[in-house]
Amino acid sequence: MITARRRDGDGETDGDAEAEVEVSDLHATIQGSHVLQGIGFTVPHGGVTALLGRNGVGKTTTLRSLIGLQPATGTVRIGDQRVTGWPAHKIIRLGVGYVPEDRDVFAKLTVRDNLRIAETKGGGDYERVYALFPELKQRSRQLASTLSGGQQQMLAIGRVLLTRRRLLLVDEPTKGLSPKFVGEVVDALERVKDTATVLMVEQNVHVVRRLAQRVVVLDHGTVTYAGDAAALDDEALVRRLLGVSV
Amino acid sequence: MSTFIAITISGLALGAVYFLVASGLSLIYGLMDVLNFAHGVFLTLGAYAGWAVAQHLPQAGWTFVVTALAATATGAAVAAVTELLLIRPLYGRPVSQILVTIGLDLALVGLLLGGFGSNSRSVQVPAWLTSVTAIGPDRIPNDDWLALGLGLAVLGALTWFLRYTRYGIIIRAGAENRDMVRALGIDVGRAFTLVFAVGGAAAGLGGLLNSVVFASGLVDPTQGDDMLIFAFIVIVIGGLGSITGSAVSAVLVGLVQVYVTFYAGSGGGLAQLGNMSVVLVLAIVLLVRPRGLLGRTA
Amino acid sequence: MTNTTNTRNRVSDIFAPHRARSRVRGSGGCPPGERSRGVVPPGDGSTVKRRVASVVWLVIALVLPFCSLIVPWVLPGPVDVLNSAGTLDVLGLCFVFAGVALGYDVLFGFTGLLSFGQVLYFAAGAYTLDIALSVWNWPLFPAIVLTLAVGLVLALVLGAISLRGSGIAFAMVTLAFAQACYYLIEDNPHGLTGGDTGLVMSTERLPGLLVGVVSTRNLYWLALAFLVVTYAVVWLVTGSATGRVWLAIRENERRAQVLGFRPFPFKLGSFVLSSMIATVGGMVYLLLVGTAAPSSVASTTVTISILVMVVLGGAGTRWGAVAGAIVYVYLQQYLLKIAAEPSFGSLPAVLRVPLSQPDFLLGAIFVLFILFAPGGIAGLVSRKGTR
Repeated sequence: MITARRRDGDGETDGDAEAEVEVSDLHATIQGSHVLQGIGFTVPHGGVTALLGRNGVGKTTTLRSLIGLQPATGTVRIGDQRVTGWPAHKIIRLGVGYVPEDRDVFAKLTVRDNLRIAETKGGGDYERVYALFPELKQRSRQLASTLSGGQQQMLAIGRVLLTRRRLLLVDEPTKGLSPKFVGEVVDALERVKDTATVLMVEQNVHVVRRLAQRVVVLDHGTVTYAGDAAALDDEALVRRLLGVSV
Repeated sequence: MSTFIAITISGLALGAVYFLVASGLSLIYGLMDVLNFAHGVFLTLGAYAGWAVAQHLPQAGWTFVVTALAATATGAAVAAVTELLLIRPLYGRPVSQILVTIGLDLALVGLLLGGFGSNSRSVQVPAWLTSVTAIGPDRIPNDDWLALGLGLAVLGALTWFLRYTRYGIIIRAGAENRDMVRALGIDVGRAFTLVFAVGGAAAGLGGLLNSVVFASGLVDPTQGDDMLIFAFIVIVIGGLGSITGSAVSAVLVGLVQVYVTFYAGSGGGLAQLGNMSVVLVLAIVLLVRPRGLLGRTA
Repeated sequence: MTNTTNTRNRVSDIFAPHRARSRVRGSGGCPPGERSRGVVPPGDGSTVKRRVASVVWLVIALVLPFCSLIVPWVLPGPVDVLNSAGTLDVLGLCFVFAGVALGYDVLFGFTGLLSFGQVLYFAAGAYTLDIALSVWNWPLFPAIVLTLAVGLVLALVLGAISLRGSGIAFAMVTLAFAQACYYLIEDNPHGLTGGDTGLVMSTERLPGLLVGVVSTRNLYWLALAFLVVTYAVVWLVTGSATGRVWLAIRENERRAQVLGFRPFPFKLGSFVLSSMIATVGGMVYLLLVGTAAPSSVASTTVTISILVMVVLGGAGTRWGAVAGAIVYVYLQQYLLKIAAEPSFGSLPAVLRVPLSQPDFLLGAIFVLFILFAPGGIAGLVSRKGTR
């Protein structure tokens, strides 16, 4: 197990030293299983940070813990706010968007209503969403359950883009999608990363290479590597960390 | 044939009252996974509130409207307080939430029995309600029309609320996936209280109607619980969480009960046959389609 | 459906928080949450202490009828003597319901099946015996056998039907059947049940032991015997392999299935055991009270009372159900006695109204327990022990 952990703020690649997300000593238990065993990492402001690891190491649990959907102990800071123990909706209101692993669109609501529910007091920037995903506009009266997997993913992403977010937590956005949709998702995230910080769980190393500037690798509930995404060019490292060949 | 129409309308009216009570239960369960046993008491309190208000008002055309409003408001208020004080602290413990509503039901009915005794009080029923309106050769009691009208009105209002208002959308979404609603920055807790209040309001109104239309204006402490069983049956048959399902099954239950009581039960001393048959319909539906007629998984 | 709390049908939330490791500690024995691991705790000092305590209680209960102590204020009967007929009657009632509650604990506390219909079997027990004795004039023993048979058949058939649904559906079906039974009884078919007013038990065919002046004591011991036997049976069965499967089913039915158990026969077994206990309890109740009436034997209020007793005492702990039942029935009878006294009427309405109805106090206590002490009396006791 690689234990090299590079601290953030070495001043290496990030222009802005202030971290968008700071996690330390995060522990979480699910049904008796100690899934997160002291996770600690930082996500720099701006750009895409990828959260990698094999199946079951706790990536989704980490994301859920960050936004308060999973009870956890430890410290989580978003921006300069300490959000540990906050209820989920309060954390989200800080300007956090969450795109869950299974998309979780509301099947019995229309596309339009799915978007509508993400509005804040100021309404929502529908133009921006429809510009990114024109299909959503065409199908706005359709029930979300009638959409294909890829279209649902568009909806899930479009939903969080309706309002300004400072941080996006995205869980395996390309999972199960056809190449066309993978392309659309990557395009969308590329455009978004200029205006928001993205923390992305992703198994597809190609996607990570294209989008991410930094990576954090999890294994067995702890962080085993945190550093530049360029490190992924080292095949031996990747194989050791993730058990896959590229 | 004319009696058939009269009976049918009365069955529909009964169905309307069932719907009023069941709709709240259904919404609450759909969003919160809580089977609210205290719903019966919301009903009863609504009826008592109506009685109390009617005591102090003169007999005029508008008093019934005020009475109905009092019943509705009382139901809503009691329900909201219940949610805030008893249900919220138990978030994450669904069985405890059900149990606490049972405890509340027990306690409040006990209080009412202590305060009012088990004898009934009468609600003053305005004169036009006791008279009849003719439809063709039949004379249908006006209170049946009132029940029907109110039932339809509430059905319409609820459907509109759920489909077009923001909180309606939130409630529908929350019934599917509470966590995702939270993950969109929405405080589901408020939706919970709202749903309880709406359910309580409908129950309060239903309680008043029940006593006026089906109990000749009498209110007593155990009315709500007697009605609650049928409300449960209605929402299980119709599918927990579905308003349309509740409407359909409420009508079904009302009609079955009335038809069986009239056509089969009036002969011997089998007064309860109507009730029994409804119960059997429930068993049959659950065995054939455990999800109910229109509902999601129980 | 991805709600954080995927605990829709789990009973464990009314226990103390589930501990990841089965730490058996403390003199109060095993806190209810631990049981869910299916591990029978080793016999440490606490278990011995508890066994001694049970024996002591049992002895006290046995000799109580011989004890003519004068105990002011707290006795539930009209006379303040410990072994007066009033006291013994109430205690007998406590024991009967303790047994029935114990049976319900098997179903709800151990197997996790929330049922609202056990009252049906209680009523079946009381009414079948009553009808056999009073309407058909059977001798006692055949009447008992008939009642047991009826209870068994009903439990098997209705149980098999009800268990087709799970969780809320199951609960609703059991409620529906119990209600149907209530309506059936009220309808007084063929004049068998006596309808609303109930059916008074004829004492013609009863052995002299159970009738007449001496009977109070004997009935008291009969009720106690019922409780003791029921407790022994429940203790044995829940401690056995079957009991562990029940606990596994309660915690996570799917997991139990994956482990290779077909849940249905176990659930049905739990249901039948619980129902049979209720049936026998109904019989003892009839002998004790002498009448079977729908409001006291077949209504949903009885079901709710039993549920409250079990949760109040601590679901899944056996002795909790017993304690809960005894407290509940005792308190109820005691309050009724107070409310009947002449001086009661002079209390200010603020006190008088709530106290006159035991239900209010019991319901309020129940609510408080759920909010602040979900493990019930048993939970409180063991929490004190671990301090």
